[in-house]
Order: sequence, then structure tokens, then C-alpha cells
Amino acid sequence: MFRNQYDQDVVTWSPQGRIHQIEYAMEAVKQGSAVVGLKSKTHVVLASIKRTSTELGAFQRKIFKIDDHLGIGVSGLISDGRSISRFLRNECLSHRFVFEQPVQVARLVRDLADRAQVATQRSWKRPYGVGVLSAGHDKTGAHLFYNCPSGAYYDYKAMAIGARSQAAKTYLERNFEEFAGADVDALLQHSLKALSASVTEDELSADNTAVALVGKGTPFTILEGDALKPYLAALKADDDAPPPGEGDMGEAADAAAPAEAAAPEEGAPPAEGPAPMED
Amino acid sequence: MYPRPTSHNPALGPGCTGPSLAQYVPDCVDVSSRPTVQQPSSGAAPFMVDPKSVAAGLGGHDPTKHTTTPYVTGTSVLGVTYRDGVLLAADTLGSYGSTKRYKSFERLRKVNEQTIIGAGGELSDFQYILTLLDELSNEDFCADDDAKLSPKEIYAYLSRVLYNRRSKMDPLWNSLVVGGLQDGKPFLGTITMLGVHYSDDHIATGFGQMLARPLFRERHRPDMSEEEATQLLHEGLRVCYYRDKQTTNKFQIAKVTAEGTTISDPFALETKWDYKAFVNPGALAVGTW
Repeated sequence: MFRNQYDQDVVTWSPQGRIHQIEYAMEAVKQGSAVVGLKSKTHVVLASIKRTSTELGAFQRKIFKIDDHLGIGVSGLISDGRSISRFLRNECLSHRFVFEQPVQVARLVRDLADRAQVATQRSWKRPYGVGVLSAGHDKTGAHLFYNCPSGAYYDYKAMAIGARSQAAKTYLERNFEEFAGADVDALLQHSLKALSASVTEDELSADNTAVALVGKGTPFTILEGDALKPYLAALKADDDAPPPGEGDMGEAADAAAPAEAAAPEEGAPPAEGPAPMED
Repeated sequence: MYPRPTSHNPALGPGCTGPSLAQYVPDCVDVSSRPTVQQPSSGAAPFMVDPKSVAAGLGGHDPTKHTTTPYVTGTSVLGVTYRDGVLLAADTLGSYGSTKRYKSFERLRKVNEQTIIGAGGELSDFQYILTLLDELSNEDFCADDDAKLSPKEIYAYLSRVLYNRRSKMDPLWNSLVVGGLQDGKPFLGTITMLGVHYSDDHIATGFGQMLARPLFRERHRPDMSEEEATQLLHEGLRVCYYRDKQTTNKFQIAKVTAEGTTISDPFALETKWDYKAFVNPGALAVGTW
């Protein structure tokens, strides 16, 4: 029934120097569907696979807009993720009220980590069961952070979390050197390619995928449904183009930028507008 | 106008409650002749505070007291934007009423490399405000991410603080001027003790608003050189010194440019007191002395 006698609560150490409850919480992150994040010098992109348990239900959202300059993608217990996004939204709002400027992404992420840490040191609490990828842009540039249920947080160039995220991570590790200088379209294509590596049974579709973009002059925008179709089409075209075999994973996708897939550019919100809910 | 009993709390008894809450009182009845003892309408014993026991310190609370008048004060702060940044100017006097009590109080302070702040009004409140800003700067330092508060952030923050305090009926008795470089552009703003705030190309608080501001309106240009802007501030300070008795002839000028923040050593301005109108100020004003 129990893995061992030291995993009953979060304040008890195992003799090996581990706290099993925290490790279980980190396992919960791997149960959720994959979220990928990557950034260039000016922009950050999140991409997620949305799940549905039944065809009768809508796909569960995993990317949340926090503020104009910031959004998160979560994997694990979505309800914890929603509670976290409420916290982050409150923090952003009160910071804006006091200072009339957006909050620094790194400092907000630190505050979230402090909250997560408290839950690992109180007998009457439990750690968050969710991993959070935060994508934001502020006066110190573009940022991608990962917040772990343990209370640790990490600064990344590119990262993938969730089920089968190792495949996406492999893609990111092979290609991350191109990300820094990549334009928005290339970044979006990279995110979709990385994400598709983590998909097994289905393909990426306009229904089960959501992508978000934020950067210099671009407020946080979620692309899903119809707004995503041109990018998925470009991904498919790109997949079909090179000869089948080794090459398609490691090779650059610069040529992938689709003509019709006009990404939201400096300042202008995309024509479609972010869909507030999936259909 | 007919006298009417007016109050909100029926527990205060007849004579204080509105007619709809206690017994019916026709509008035309003269209530001033009614008994003045506060008899609760509940029928309980009247609650009374004996003024003598309060005076003897035996009971009752003093009412909460807030700042109702400032003690040690500074007078005007002047500020102008110019081609490369912002200049702020103020004298160094802390007045105790009309007494020139503290003659070297620096009323211009550096907040960080891109922001300066100047204050008039209650100087102890200004020192408190400086501790608030220190806390924010320390937070910036501890975050260790090279991000510093910008002038606009400090301006917004202080306006929130001052408005919050005035809403508690406990104002910080200051007129503040915040100057600095915001994204490479000069920024100048002012905040009053009520939380009223605005930004402009040139700013003066207190008497300076009447004495120096007209000069600024006439002569200020956003593309002034540093010499021109300094000259203009000197003129403003000189007029303030002539006509505002709470000003001393010991001034400082603070500067923010892309190179950073500097606050000058105190200096004095040349003055001329043998103008005819100064020698006999009553000559043109019949009935004064």
C-alpha cells in the first residue's frame, strides 16, 4: 500500500535524506500532458497539448494569461495551476496599481517559489502538484522560468515538462542554439516540432494544441483553434518536405516560416484575438 | 429653516435620533428646548464621561491625534527638464515656524542612479519617506537582477503612499518632486500631501509655484542646455529668496543625466537689496509700514 514508512507526510525525512511527499508531487507534474517553452532574445513561446477524457468534453486548458507581459503553462494538477494563476494575477495587479508598471518576471516567479517552498515545510500543507512554465517579457528582456513543486525555480533557454516531455527536451537540446536569434515564426515552429515529439497516439491538431506568445511589443497572446491552423499546416508541410529518416529532427527549420502564418507583430494584437476558451 | 433632530444612532437617545427612529416629532417643533441629557432609547442608564476624571487621567481615551500642523518645514522645490536630463533645486533650510532652525538640511536626495527626489513641508515626514524608498532600493539590491526602480515607478509609488495616508486622515505633510530619466527621456513629476500628482516639463512647489513658475513658463524650453537650465533655476531661486522669508541663501542643485545622479555642494547666489522698492517697500503701498 505504501512505498515506505517515511512518505506519510511532507515534514518527515527518510533516512536517505529524501522527502518522499515532495518527490511524489514532482511525479504529479509528469502525469500532466506536455508543455514546451522556448525563447529567443526578444520573445518567448509556450506550446501545450490539451487533453480531454471523453469526446463529449472540451479540451482542458493549460496555458493561462497572467498579465499583458506574462503567462504560464502548467502540467500536473490543473486545479493547483488555477490557484497559482489567481495568485500571480493578484500580484501583477497590485504591483501595477502601486507602481504603474508591469512586475519583473523574475521577481514574480521568486514569490511563487517562496509560496511553493512554504508548502514543503508545514505539516498541515501539501506541496503544489503542478509544474509551472512562466513565459514573460520585461525591461530586463525575455524570460522562461520553471517552478517546481519543491519550491525550486530555474531559468531556462528552453524547457519541456509533462508526460513524455523527454522527447521534446531532446529536440530542444539539439536545436536550442538557433533559438536566440530566431524570429517569431521560427520560434513557433520550433515549439510545435518539439511538442509533436511528445505526442504518441494522435497528431497535433487545432483542437488539442495551444500555443502562446509574448515578447517585445507583443502582449501575451494565446493561439488556439483556427488561429493555430496555419502554423500546424506549416508544420505538416515541413514534416513532409525532407526525405524520411534521421534528418528531420535535428535539422533547422528556418525555411518553415509560412507565408500566410502572419504572427502577431510588434504591438498589434492578432487579427483573430486570443480565444478565451477552447470550443 | 425648521430645526430638526438629526442623528444616526437611536442608542444616543431622544434629541439625537431622527424622527422616524424615535418618537414622532413634527418638523416644526423647536428641539433646542428639549432636555440635553443623553438618555438611551433602550432604557439603559445613560452613558456619561465625567470630564473631571478624564482630566485626572482616570478614564476615557484621548481622541486619536494625527498631524494637524507641521513643525520643521522646508519650503519650495524647483525642477526643470532640459536636453540631457533633469535639474532640481532647493535651499537647505529647515524652518521651525519662522525660526531658521536647521540651516544645512539637504532636501534633495538621490534615490538611485536615475532618480532624485526633493521635498518641502514637514522634514521628519520626508525622512520617513526616504526610509520607505530605502527599503525598495534594498529590495532591488537583494534581487540582484540589475533592475532599479524607474522615476515613474517611484512617482507612482509615492503618490499611492501619500494618498493612502491622507485617506487615513493622517497625511504625510510634504510636497514632493521626483525627477529622473525614464527610458532615456527626462521625467519630472510632483506629488502633494493630498496625493494630487502631475508631471510637467518644469515644476515648482509651495511659494515657488507663484514666484518661480511664471519665469519657467516664460523661459523654459525642453531643449535647453545645462547652462541655460541652471541659469533659469538660479533666477527662480533668487526670486524665491527675495520674496519667501522661509528661504535661505544656501542652495543645492541636483542633476540626473545618462551619466547618473549628482547633487551639488551648497552655494549662495548674488543678491541685490538696494532696489528702490526694497529700500522703502511701503512707498507705493499706502497704509502699510
